[in-house]
Amino acid sequence: MITPALPMLLAAVLAGAGVYGVLARRHAVLMLVGVELILAAAGLVLVTTGQVTPDPLASGAVLTLFVITIAAAEIVVALAVVMALYRARGHVDLQHERSES
Amino acid sequence: MSGLDLLFLAVGLLTAASAVLAVTSRVVLHAALWLVVALGGLAGCYLVLGAELVALVQLLIYVGGVVVLVLFALMLTRHGNAPVQASAGHRVLAGVVAAGLTVLLGVTLTAVVGWTRVPVTGPDSTDIGTAIFGTWVWPFELLSLLLLLALVAAVAVARGAGSVEDVGAATEEEP
Repeated sequence: MITPALPMLLAAVLAGAGVYGVLARRHAVLMLVGVELILAAAGLVLVTTGQVTPDPLASGAVLTLFVITIAAAEIVVALAVVMALYRARGHVDLQHERSES
Repeated sequence: MSGLDLLFLAVGLLTAASAVLAVTSRVVLHAALWLVVALGGLAGCYLVLGAELVALVQLLIYVGGVVVLVLFALMLTRHGNAPVQASAGHRVLAGVVAAGLTVLLGVTLTAVVGWTRVPVTGPDSTDIGTAIFGTWVWPFELLSLLLLLALVAAVAVARGAGSVEDVGAATEEEP
Protein backbone atom coordinates (compact mmCIF):
# COMPACT_ATOMS: atom_id res chain seq x y z
CA MET A 1 0.00 0.00 0.00
CA ILE A 2 1.36 3.39 -0.96
CA THR A 3 0.04 6.95 -1.15
CA PRO A 4 0.39 7.96 -4.83
CA ALA A 5 0.28 11.65 -3.88
CA LEU A 6 3.85 11.51 -2.49
CA PRO A 7 5.52 10.55 -5.81
CA MET A 8 3.38 13.16 -7.56
CA LEU A 9 4.60 15.85 -5.13
CA LEU A 10 8.19 14.76 -5.76
CA ALA A 11 7.57 14.99 -9.52
CA ALA A 12 6.26 18.54 -9.05
CA VAL A 13 9.39 19.49 -7.06
CA LEU A 14 11.66 17.93 -9.70
CA ALA A 15 9.89 19.78 -12.51
CA GLY A 16 10.11 23.06 -10.58
CA ALA A 17 13.82 22.57 -9.90
CA GLY A 18 14.36 21.75 -13.58
CA VAL A 19 12.54 24.88 -14.75
CA TYR A 20 14.59 26.97 -12.31
CA GLY A 21 17.77 25.40 -13.70
CA VAL A 22 16.77 26.13 -17.29
CA LEU A 23 15.87 29.74 -16.48
CA ALA A 24 18.60 30.74 -14.02
CA ARG A 25 21.74 29.06 -15.37
CA ARG A 26 24.19 30.84 -17.66
CA HIS A 27 26.35 27.78 -18.32
CA ALA A 28 24.93 25.84 -21.29
CA VAL A 29 25.75 22.38 -19.86
CA LEU A 30 24.14 23.25 -16.51
CA MET A 31 21.02 24.39 -18.34
CA LEU A 32 20.85 20.87 -19.81
CA VAL A 33 20.92 19.51 -16.22
CA GLY A 34 17.61 21.35 -15.72
CA VAL A 35 16.19 19.72 -18.86
CA GLU A 36 17.20 16.31 -17.52
CA LEU A 37 15.38 17.00 -14.25
CA ILE A 38 12.17 17.94 -16.11
CA LEU A 39 12.37 14.67 -18.07
CA ALA A 40 12.96 12.78 -14.82
CA ALA A 41 9.78 14.35 -13.38
CA ALA A 42 7.83 13.15 -16.44
CA GLY A 43 9.19 9.63 -15.93
CA LEU A 44 8.21 9.61 -12.27
CA VAL A 45 4.61 10.60 -13.10
CA LEU A 46 4.44 7.82 -15.72
CA VAL A 47 5.85 5.17 -13.38
CA THR A 48 3.58 6.17 -10.49
CA THR A 49 0.47 6.08 -12.65
CA GLY A 50 1.51 2.75 -14.16
CA GLN A 51 2.12 1.21 -10.74
CA VAL A 52 -1.20 2.18 -9.13
CA THR A 53 -3.56 1.53 -12.06
CA PRO A 54 -3.96 -1.94 -13.58
CA ASP A 55 -2.90 -1.92 -17.22
CA PRO A 56 -2.41 -4.98 -19.47
CA LEU A 57 -0.14 -3.00 -21.83
CA ALA A 58 2.27 -1.93 -19.04
CA SER A 59 2.15 1.57 -20.56
CA GLY A 60 3.65 3.37 -17.57
CA ALA A 61 6.88 1.37 -17.42
CA VAL A 62 7.28 1.01 -21.20
CA LEU A 63 6.71 4.70 -21.89
CA THR A 64 9.20 5.57 -19.12
CA LEU A 65 11.80 3.36 -20.80
CA PHE A 66 11.09 5.18 -24.08
CA VAL A 67 11.39 8.58 -22.38
CA ILE A 68 14.74 7.56 -20.86
CA THR A 69 16.00 6.47 -24.29
CA ILE A 70 14.85 9.67 -25.98
CA ALA A 71 16.43 11.69 -23.17
CA ALA A 72 19.75 9.92 -23.78
CA ALA A 73 19.58 10.70 -27.51
CA GLU A 74 18.63 14.30 -26.73
CA ILE A 75 21.50 14.90 -24.32
CA VAL A 76 24.02 13.42 -26.78
CA VAL A 77 22.98 15.77 -29.59
CA ALA A 78 22.66 18.74 -27.21
CA LEU A 79 26.15 18.21 -25.81
CA ALA A 80 27.53 17.91 -29.36
CA VAL A 81 25.94 21.28 -30.14
CA VAL A 82 27.46 22.72 -26.95
CA MET A 83 30.90 21.42 -27.95
CA ALA A 84 30.54 22.95 -31.43
CA LEU A 85 29.46 26.22 -29.78
CA TYR A 86 32.51 26.14 -27.51
CA ARG A 87 34.85 25.61 -30.43
CA ALA A 88 33.25 28.37 -32.46
CA ARG A 89 33.01 31.02 -29.71
CA GLY A 90 35.42 29.94 -26.97
CA HIS A 91 32.81 29.95 -24.20
CA VAL A 92 29.42 28.42 -23.39
CA ASP A 93 27.97 31.45 -21.60
CA LEU A 94 24.31 31.83 -22.57
CA GLN A 95 24.16 35.53 -21.62
CA HIS A 96 27.51 36.58 -23.05
CA GLU A 97 27.56 40.21 -24.16
CA ARG A 98 28.14 40.48 -27.88
CA SER A 99 30.53 43.41 -27.34
CA GLU A 100 32.78 41.32 -25.07
CA SER A 101 33.42 38.56 -27.58
CA MET B 1 1.63 6.06 6.87
CA SER B 2 2.68 2.62 5.75
CA GLY B 3 6.24 1.35 5.60
CA LEU B 4 6.43 1.96 1.85
CA ASP B 5 5.30 5.55 2.39
CA LEU B 6 8.03 6.17 4.97
CA LEU B 7 10.62 4.59 2.67
CA PHE B 8 9.45 6.71 -0.24
CA LEU B 9 9.48 9.82 1.93
CA ALA B 10 13.13 9.21 2.86
CA VAL B 11 14.32 8.50 -0.70
CA GLY B 12 12.13 11.24 -2.13
CA LEU B 13 13.44 13.91 0.25
CA LEU B 14 17.01 12.93 -0.70
CA THR B 15 16.10 13.16 -4.40
CA ALA B 16 14.33 16.52 -4.05
CA ALA B 17 17.15 18.05 -2.00
CA SER B 18 19.87 16.93 -4.40
CA ALA B 19 17.82 18.09 -7.40
CA VAL B 20 17.52 21.57 -5.87
CA LEU B 21 21.26 21.57 -5.09
CA ALA B 22 22.02 20.45 -8.67
CA VAL B 23 20.39 23.59 -10.06
CA THR B 24 21.64 26.03 -7.40
CA SER B 25 25.24 24.94 -6.77
CA ARG B 26 27.76 27.57 -7.87
CA VAL B 27 30.52 25.06 -8.64
CA VAL B 28 29.84 23.41 -12.00
CA LEU B 29 31.37 20.07 -11.03
CA HIS B 30 29.35 19.93 -7.79
CA ALA B 31 26.16 20.58 -9.76
CA ALA B 32 26.90 17.60 -12.02
CA LEU B 33 27.66 15.38 -9.02
CA TRP B 34 24.42 16.44 -7.29
CA LEU B 35 22.68 15.43 -10.51
CA VAL B 36 24.15 11.95 -10.01
CA VAL B 37 22.62 11.80 -6.51
CA ALA B 38 19.27 13.10 -7.77
CA LEU B 39 19.02 10.60 -10.63
CA GLY B 40 20.26 7.75 -8.44
CA GLY B 41 17.68 8.72 -5.81
CA LEU B 42 15.03 8.70 -8.51
CA ALA B 43 16.06 5.13 -9.37
CA GLY B 44 15.56 4.36 -5.66
CA CYS B 45 12.06 5.89 -5.88
CA TYR B 46 11.28 3.61 -8.83
CA LEU B 47 12.46 0.66 -6.74
CA VAL B 48 10.19 1.67 -3.84
CA LEU B 49 7.30 1.99 -6.31
CA GLY B 50 8.00 -1.58 -7.46
CA ALA B 51 9.32 -0.86 -10.96
CA GLU B 52 12.65 -2.69 -10.76
CA LEU B 53 13.31 -2.81 -14.51
CA VAL B 54 12.81 0.94 -14.93
CA ALA B 55 15.01 1.58 -11.88
CA LEU B 56 17.86 -0.49 -13.32
CA VAL B 57 17.56 1.12 -16.77
CA GLN B 58 17.54 4.55 -15.13
CA LEU B 59 20.68 3.68 -13.18
CA LEU B 60 22.47 2.25 -16.24
CA ILE B 61 21.58 4.97 -18.75
CA TYR B 62 21.48 8.08 -16.57
CA VAL B 63 24.11 7.50 -13.91
CA GLY B 64 26.26 5.37 -16.21
CA GLY B 65 25.89 7.23 -19.48
CA VAL B 66 24.31 10.66 -19.37
CA VAL B 67 26.13 11.93 -16.29
CA VAL B 68 29.50 10.77 -17.66
CA LEU B 69 28.75 12.70 -20.86
CA VAL B 70 27.79 15.78 -18.84
CA LEU B 71 30.99 15.54 -16.78
CA PHE B 72 33.09 15.22 -19.96
CA ALA B 73 31.33 18.23 -21.50
CA LEU B 74 31.92 20.27 -18.33
CA MET B 75 35.62 19.45 -18.36
CA LEU B 76 36.05 20.07 -22.09
CA THR B 77 34.32 23.46 -21.92
CA ARG B 78 36.18 24.71 -18.86
CA HIS B 79 36.54 28.44 -19.24
CA GLY B 80 38.20 30.39 -16.45
CA ASN B 81 35.91 31.93 -13.86
CA ALA B 82 32.88 32.44 -16.08
CA PRO B 83 29.73 33.24 -14.09
CA VAL B 84 27.49 30.21 -13.72
CA GLN B 85 24.33 31.88 -12.45
CA ALA B 86 22.26 34.65 -13.96
CA SER B 87 21.94 38.00 -12.15
CA ALA B 88 20.10 38.19 -8.81
CA GLY B 89 16.94 39.71 -10.30
CA HIS B 90 16.87 37.09 -13.03
CA ARG B 91 17.28 34.35 -10.41
CA VAL B 92 14.41 35.71 -8.29
CA LEU B 93 12.17 35.78 -11.35
CA ALA B 94 13.19 32.23 -12.27
CA GLY B 95 12.54 31.14 -8.66
CA VAL B 96 9.04 32.66 -8.72
CA VAL B 97 8.21 30.92 -12.01
CA ALA B 98 9.62 27.61 -10.73
CA ALA B 99 7.78 27.86 -7.39
CA GLY B 100 4.53 28.69 -9.19
CA LEU B 101 4.96 25.72 -11.49
CA THR B 102 5.74 23.44 -8.53
CA VAL B 103 2.61 24.52 -6.64
CA LEU B 104 0.45 24.26 -9.76
CA LEU B 105 1.73 20.79 -10.68
CA GLY B 106 1.66 19.57 -7.08
CA VAL B 107 -1.94 20.67 -6.46
CA THR B 108 -3.14 19.30 -9.81
CA LEU B 109 -1.38 15.93 -9.61
CA THR B 110 -2.30 15.25 -5.97
CA ALA B 111 -5.89 16.24 -6.74
CA VAL B 112 -5.91 13.70 -9.58
CA VAL B 113 -4.56 10.73 -7.60
CA GLY B 114 -5.91 11.67 -4.17
CA TRP B 115 -4.42 10.96 -0.72
CA THR B 116 -5.95 7.51 -0.24
CA ARG B 117 -3.58 4.57 0.00
CA VAL B 118 -3.74 2.13 -2.90
CA PRO B 119 -2.04 -1.24 -3.46
CA VAL B 120 0.92 -1.38 -5.84
CA THR B 121 -0.30 -3.44 -8.80
CA GLY B 122 2.35 -2.68 -11.38
CA PRO B 123 3.48 -5.11 -14.08
CA ASP B 124 6.53 -7.27 -13.38
CA SER B 125 9.54 -7.51 -15.70
CA THR B 126 8.01 -10.39 -17.68
CA ASP B 127 4.88 -8.34 -18.43
CA ILE B 128 7.00 -5.35 -19.47
CA GLY B 129 9.12 -7.49 -21.80
CA THR B 130 6.04 -9.08 -23.36
CA ALA B 131 4.43 -5.67 -23.83
CA ILE B 132 7.57 -4.11 -25.37
CA PHE B 133 8.03 -6.90 -27.93
CA GLY B 134 4.30 -7.24 -28.54
CA THR B 135 2.20 -4.10 -28.51
CA TRP B 136 5.05 -1.60 -28.42
CA VAL B 137 7.39 -3.26 -30.92
CA TRP B 138 7.14 -0.58 -33.63
CA PRO B 139 7.90 2.38 -31.34
CA PHE B 140 10.73 0.25 -29.92
CA GLU B 141 12.24 -0.32 -33.37
CA LEU B 142 11.80 3.36 -34.23
CA LEU B 143 13.74 4.20 -31.07
CA SER B 144 16.71 2.18 -32.30
CA LEU B 145 16.61 4.25 -35.50
CA LEU B 146 16.45 7.42 -33.38
CA LEU B 147 19.49 6.35 -31.38
CA LEU B 148 21.44 5.63 -34.59
CA LEU B 149 20.46 9.04 -35.99
CA ALA B 150 21.46 10.74 -32.73
CA LEU B 151 24.85 8.98 -32.81
CA VAL B 152 25.56 10.03 -36.39
CA ALA B 153 24.28 13.56 -35.82
CA ALA B 154 26.35 13.99 -32.65
CA VAL B 155 29.53 12.86 -34.40
CA ALA B 156 28.80 15.11 -37.38
CA VAL B 157 28.04 18.18 -35.23
CA ALA B 158 30.94 17.67 -32.81
CA ARG B 159 33.47 17.14 -35.63
CA GLY B 160 32.22 20.30 -37.31
CA ALA B 161 31.52 18.58 -40.62
CA GLY B 162 30.23 21.00 -43.22
CA SER B 163 31.73 24.00 -41.46
CA VAL B 164 33.38 26.79 -43.41
CA GLU B 165 36.95 25.65 -42.68
CA ASP B 166 36.22 22.08 -43.76
CA VAL B 167 34.75 23.23 -47.06
CA GLY B 168 37.75 25.48 -47.59
CA ALA B 169 40.22 22.68 -46.81
CA ALA B 170 38.36 20.28 -49.08
CA THR B 171 38.41 22.68 -52.04
CA GLU B 172 42.07 23.50 -51.52
CA GLU B 173 43.02 19.85 -51.79
CA GLU B 174 41.50 19.59 -55.24
CA PRO B 175 43.98 20.12 -58.05
